[in-house]
Amino acid sequence: TAGKPKLHYFDARGRMEAILWLLAAAGVEFEEKLIESSEDLDKLRHDESLVFQQVPVVEIDGMNLVQTRAILNYIATKHDLYGKDMKERALIDMYTEGVADLGEMIMLLPLCPPDQKNAKLTLIRERTTNCYLPAFEKVLKSHGQDYLVGNKLSTDIHLVELLYYVEELDSSLLANFPLLKGLKTRVSNLPAMKRFLQPGSQRKPPGSEKSLEQARKIFKF
Amino acid sequence: MSGKPILHYFNGRGRMECIRWLLAAAGVEFEEKFIEKPEDLDKLKNDGSLMFQQVPMVEIDGMKLVQTRAILNYIATKYNLYGKDIKERALIDMYSEGVADLGEMIMLFPLSPPAEKDAKLTLIREKTTNRYLPAFENVLKSHGQDYLVGNKLSRADIHLVELLYDVEELDPSLLANFPLLKALKARVSNLPTVKKFLQPGSQRKPPTDEKKIEEARKVFKF
Repeated sequence: TAGKPKLHYFDARGRMEAILWLLAAAGVEFEEKLIESSEDLDKLRHDESLVFQQVPVVEIDGMNLVQTRAILNYIATKHDLYGKDMKERALIDMYTEGVADLGEMIMLLPLCPPDQKNAKLTLIRERTTNCYLPAFEKVLKSHGQDYLVGNKLSTDIHLVELLYYVEELDSSLLANFPLLKGLKTRVSNLPAMKRFLQPGSQRKPPGSEKSLEQARKIFKF
Repeated sequence: MSGKPILHYFNGRGRMECIRWLLAAAGVEFEEKFIEKPEDLDKLKNDGSLMFQQVPMVEIDGMKLVQTRAILNYIATKYNLYGKDIKERALIDMYSEGVADLGEMIMLFPLSPPAEKDAKLTLIREKTTNRYLPAFENVLKSHGQDYLVGNKLSRADIHLVELLYDVEELDPSLLANFPLLKALKARVSNLPTVKKFLQPGSQRKPPTDEKKIEEARKVFKF
């Protein structure tokens, strides 16, 4: 187990899943320590492993890294998934943040009060079809290359993860975006991703009422 | 044109202020094009200047960059405010994100419904005194250096000091028990570039008041 990153989170996608995808795409084996109760979280806090008392936390290369973006940036840099220079990084960051914005809306939908759910879902659909997917389709169309930036795999991983979630929400949302569908297939067929997408991998299933209840208990909200 | 970055936003702090601070601290002169009515924003959208139809947007080095973090990361890298290696970057990112989390709560506070305001303020105070300020005070205490990372000014110090000014505006007593943070605030404020930015007449924006919120609501339609 020496040297493998250790991921501390509860047993659901939440804010850790993007990190799983990136590690998997980079071909990095990792371990998971699942937080199953609020006592588990308290223990991490008392151990002083959590700078801001929050998870995700990833033990990696002698550091206890918290904050999803800090973790993702480190992994991407370490494994050459962050472009070749400053300007490529700027594009990658721009695209990654757009993915994160839509991803956040989708992730938080189950937490929405029942009387607001329909309105939220309508908003998500609208933003998906009118803003985010067209923006990324346009990038691919503009250069005709296989990947979003610099003709090399990078933030494509985050976008493809998002496309899977959009598809789970409503597969028809992807209908008019042929280049995105092509990217999704291409990235899914990379050997490391193919393995990760198969049953039995560390990839987490969609959230359920049960996992939401567990989250509420552990994180007390 | 002149080669100066051009910042597109409304005439208020919002999500652009941290970018103004970083550019100012780096000694970079910049121009601002203010969005004053919905039509101004529509024009930018229709021009194709806004990848996700949102501002902030910064024209810099031939790019039209959107997304606050993308813009900050680029500026920090370009002006050597992002640490010397991958591990320093990780620490800087970690601290910057913590600052952003508390900063977001403070920024959104004026927008909370009146019935929720007291509870929100209590939460902000609690997180400030029990979570965020102690975390940063501990970092400075752990190494005894003048700056958060690598004994050198980085974006993390600039973002944190901006936050400390925001906290002070909310309630100066919140900073009371954090001597190292107060020293950092004084130290960074005395850097020539930051000193200039903190003086009246600079491009720093005043605190957001009711009038400013109304203006934002009109321009951004929320």
